Amino acid sequence: MRALLFAALLLFPALQAQAIGKPEDMLADPAAEARAREIGRELRCMVCQNQSIEESEADMARDLRLLVREQVARGASNHQVTAYIHARYGDFILLRPPFNTATLLLWGAPLLVLLGGGIVVALRSRTPRAATAPLTEAERQRLADITGDRQA
Amino acid sequence: MSEAVPPPIPRRRRWLLWAPLGVAAAGGVGFYAMLRGLSSGSYDPRGVPSALVGHQAPAFTLPPLEAAGLPGLAQADLIDMPRPVLVNFWASWCVPCVIEHPQLMRLSRDGVPVYGINYKDKPADAAGFLAQRGNPFARLGRDQPGRVAIDWGVYGVPETYFVDRGGIIRWRFPGAVTPELLRDDIQPLLRRYA
Repeated sequence: MRALLFAALLLFPALQAQAIGKPEDMLADPAAEARAREIGRELRCMVCQNQSIEESEADMARDLRLLVREQVARGASNHQVTAYIHARYGDFILLRPPFNTATLLLWGAPLLVLLGGGIVVALRSRTPRAATAPLTEAERQRLADITGDRQA
Repeated sequence: MSEAVPPPIPRRRRWLLWAPLGVAAAGGVGFYAMLRGLSSGSYDPRGVPSALVGHQAPAFTLPPLEAAGLPGLAQADLIDMPRPVLVNFWASWCVPCVIEHPQLMRLSRDGVPVYGINYKDKPADAAGFLAQRGNPFARLGRDQPGRVAIDWGVYGVPETYFVDRGGIIRWRFPGAVTPELLRDDIQPLLRRYA
C-alpha cells in the first residue's frame, strides 16, 4: 500500500509541488485529497490572513487542513465542511466573502459608484452650457494675425 | 487695447478648490484616530470578530491537568452558573500569556471565576508555569490536540471569552489581557452581567 502511494506520488509530480502539508497528512484517496484541497483553498489561514490554509505553514492552518481531511474522509460534502468551519470562525475565514448584511456595502460598492457616476453625468448633461460670448473685433483681428488668414 | 479677462469661475465649482484640502484633512483625522486606537488597544488591524458571541458555548469535555490538582472543564460547567466566568486559552510557551498573567491573578483574587484551557502544551510545562507564577484558574481543561480551540474559533493564544451565567458567550478578546482592557472592558461586563 505504501509502495503504491509512493508510486502514485512519483506519477503525479504536480501534486507534490502543490502540497504544503506533510505527505502523511494527505488522504490516500487522490479524489478525496483533491476535494480537501479545493475546500482548503477557499479557507483563510487566520494566522497569516492572506494565505489559504492550503498554502500556509502555520500550525493553525495544519490543524484546519487535518480537520477538513477528516471530514472529507467521513463523507461530508464540500458545503458541509465549509459550513462547519464558517460557524466557528465567521465570515472572515472565507476567502470569498458571502453576501449578507455585513458585506452588503462591499458587494454593492461597484454598483454605488456606477450609480453616483450616472447621476453626475445625467445632471451635467441636463444643465445647458453657458453660451460663449462672441469674439470681439480686437480678438478676431488677433486671431486672424496668428493664423495668417486675412479676410477682414 | 483691452486684454481679454478670463471668465470668473462659476460659484458652483468654487468649492472644488477646497476639496484637496478637505480630503487631506479627513485623511489626517482618520489616521490620527487609527493611531490613537492602536496605542490604546481599542483598534487592532488584525482583530477579527468572534462568530460565537451571542451563542451558547460549544459542546466539549476536556481532561484536567493532573499535576495542577484542578477539576477539568466541560460545556456542562458553563451552564446555570451563579456568576459570569472568563474562559482563557493559554499555553506555557506563549509570551503574551506571561504578560496577561498578573491580570488573571487579580481577577481570581477579586473572586471572578477564571476557567483555563491549556492549549497544545506539555503537562509538565503547564504545571511548571502555574507553580512558578501562581494559578489563577478555578478549573483547567487540557486541549492537547487543539480541537476544542477550533470549536471556540480560537486562532491563537491567548484568547479570553466572557461567558454569562446562562452559558452564552458575550465577548471575546484575542491577545493579552492588559490592565486597561481589564478596566475598560472586563469590569463593565462583570457589572453588566452580574
